[in-house]
Amino acid sequence: MASITPHFPILCVVIPLFGALLCATIRNSRATWLLAVCSALCSFLCAVFLLMHANDRVVSYAIGGWQSPIGIEYRIDSFNAYVLCLISGIGCLSVLYAPSAISEVSSFNRPWFFSVMLLCMTGLMGMAATGDAFNLFVFMEIASLSSYVLIALGKQREALVAAYRYLIVGTMGATFYVIGIGFLYVSTGTLNIADLTVRIAPIKTTAPVLTGISFLIVGLSIKAAIFPLHAWLPNAYRFAPIPVSAFLSGTATKVALYILLRFIFSVLGVQFFLGTFGLYEVIVTFSLGAILFGSIVAIFQKNLRRMLAYSSIAQVGYITLGIALANENSLTGSLIYIVGHGLTKVGLFFVAGSLLARLGSDHIADLAGAGRRMPWTVGSFIFLSLNMLGIPGTIGFLGKWYIALAAAERGSWWLAVIIIMTSLLALIYMGRFIESAYFSSCSDEKIKSQANSIPWNMGLSLAILTGLCIWLGIDTAILTDKARAAALLLLGANL
Amino acid sequence: MTGNQVLLQLNYWLIIMIMMMGFYVVLAHSNMIKKLIGLGIFQTSVYFLYVVPGKIIGGTAPIIASGYQVYSNPLPHVLILTAIVVGVATLALGLALVTRINEAYGTIEENDLYRPDEWRQ
Amino acid sequence: MKQNSIIRIVVKLLMPFIILFALYVQFHGDLGPGGGFQAGVIMAGAVVIYSLVFGLATAEALISLPVVRSLIPIGVLIYAGVGLFSLIKGRNYLDYSALHAEAATGQHIGIFVVELGVFITVFASMTAIFYAFAEQQKQNEEDSK
Repeated sequence: MASITPHFPILCVVIPLFGALLCATIRNSRATWLLAVCSALCSFLCAVFLLMHANDRVVSYAIGGWQSPIGIEYRIDSFNAYVLCLISGIGCLSVLYAPSAISEVSSFNRPWFFSVMLLCMTGLMGMAATGDAFNLFVFMEIASLSSYVLIALGKQREALVAAYRYLIVGTMGATFYVIGIGFLYVSTGTLNIADLTVRIAPIKTTAPVLTGISFLIVGLSIKAAIFPLHAWLPNAYRFAPIPVSAFLSGTATKVALYILLRFIFSVLGVQFFLGTFGLYEVIVTFSLGAILFGSIVAIFQKNLRRMLAYSSIAQVGYITLGIALANENSLTGSLIYIVGHGLTKVGLFFVAGSLLARLGSDHIADLAGAGRRMPWTVGSFIFLSLNMLGIPGTIGFLGKWYIALAAAERGSWWLAVIIIMTSLLALIYMGRFIESAYFSSCSDEKIKSQANSIPWNMGLSLAILTGLCIWLGIDTAILTDKARAAALLLLGANL
Repeated sequence: MTGNQVLLQLNYWLIIMIMMMGFYVVLAHSNMIKKLIGLGIFQTSVYFLYVVPGKIIGGTAPIIASGYQVYSNPLPHVLILTAIVVGVATLALGLALVTRINEAYGTIEENDLYRPDEWRQ
Repeated sequence: MKQNSIIRIVVKLLMPFIILFALYVQFHGDLGPGGGFQAGVIMAGAVVIYSLVFGLATAEALISLPVVRSLIPIGVLIYAGVGLFSLIKGRNYLDYSALHAEAATGQHIGIFVVELGVFITVFASMTAIFYAFAEQQKQNEEDSK
């Protein structure tokens, strides 16, 4: 048997798929959990290997032996591998965290839950790995359908309505993407993204191509919950089970942003994007709208999960601001922020889930005094919020620093000032919870008497995430080098 | 925009009309099943968008036979089969969700589902 | 509907033809319209009409719900397994020419096997969806009694 290393691009997508199918065949609740953790971990190891391997070259893999541009091709470069590691890592931690936090799923249905979770991970990994536009749509729908199912499993009946709303809006977004690809296919005759880059160059300003690109950007913005098209996100994250909210908040929107970056920068090119297409003002306006709207609405929320959901909308605004500025520093900042937000938001949802599991509530008022009873858990919440705020020495600071630096380089000093000011807004809504947790005491006797330590798998996932945040915040070179390499790839010559 | 131009591109005009009809149904109706039907109409117009340019004028069915040089493009048909299957799966999932919502709320009109303050929890 | 003798006899006569037609559509997928998805839906239609006429219990005695639910991942496992087999043989994933010494025969075998996997999964999924809706109807009737 030949060496396995050239097959890693397909293995990191297919291993979760096999895990999902075996989970659906084996009916034991405990065994399927272990199987799910193992397959997610194997996929993460494949992704890490690809990250180390794809430093300055492109790993190309032809499915079925048919060479590109005729066949479907998986194309891993340094940007791809970065996103693949993020998805598989967060997937592994979410599956590890899951069993204690899904009391609403009966143990008869647990194997199906893990199967669908792994299917969602397969879809997201496939979206990040593939180099064919229609194959991307297929994986996008696999991930989306799995996430509709996962969100509908929440405890309250509003979870069903949230899942239905997300289904309608998400399918419209995916269909817009297909319409966009349809126009591009009719104009160029190819679906392979690398080939599309070459063939689209002379006809970039013709009407079908412009229409296709517009549909594509709107469709992907719906999936990424960019400001005016974000309406599905707060309810979906509020009512879904905690491991699902954590997993989706860390990965689903980030992959849609990855595809947006791929199409805007690699296929179209920076000059066209900023110049002829003229999106700079639009995206900056919407990014600032997202940041202000998300932060201000988050301040008024009474429910911890809904606050975290609105905070996610705000953080996506920072990432799109970096995309709009479109130079090396800002893209580096956006990419660092993608990983940073992924890790911190997932950790914050994990803490919310631990508090929900042990204290029985996720309303901020009911969680009063939690800081004294569960010091380590709420302590990690404080640490992760500091990361998100951007205190110097954390990954949030790295991301915001580069974006602010890029804004200053461009001459838009007011943007840099706004980025710093809006971090104070995040301080307000995070501070509300911390104040309630440490400086109030709970009046409900039943909540006061609950156990204080969290299950070992929850503690392990939270500890790994916090440790990663500490490590990546201190040893900034790891994250910055990878992000800068990816940013240079995006800005440099086309694929 | 002469009538002749419209007639030459009649296919695309019909595609856009059906697309917008489906889009309108999704936005305007509050009945959940009608929204799903509108989504189906919208997706059908996308199938047209792919298949219509696939037919090459003077081309025959894409199976190699002697005596024919020009073949229609088979790739759009394959893509649309995939898209149809995805649409069916979405419709099935949507209908299952509507059934559960009917059980939980007793209604499938979106406007009657909730009191505003209940939703904001 | 069991009392209505016309429907009962016609459905009994038609059942083998429906199943045969499903298999015909399955195997002629690479030469004409057809393939795994269409054949699976037609076969599930056969189970649906049998259940509508003769009752859900009779249909479940024919193909029980646990069997149907376990068939769903088995079909996809067949499909993914073909790809894995190609990987083991040293070629790329889903490279059908690894299945036989000659590339063309390998393609033929590969398409046949993956369409079989698609057929099994689609048939099982459609039947499981029908059973789920029918069981719920039965549950509602029992609750309202």
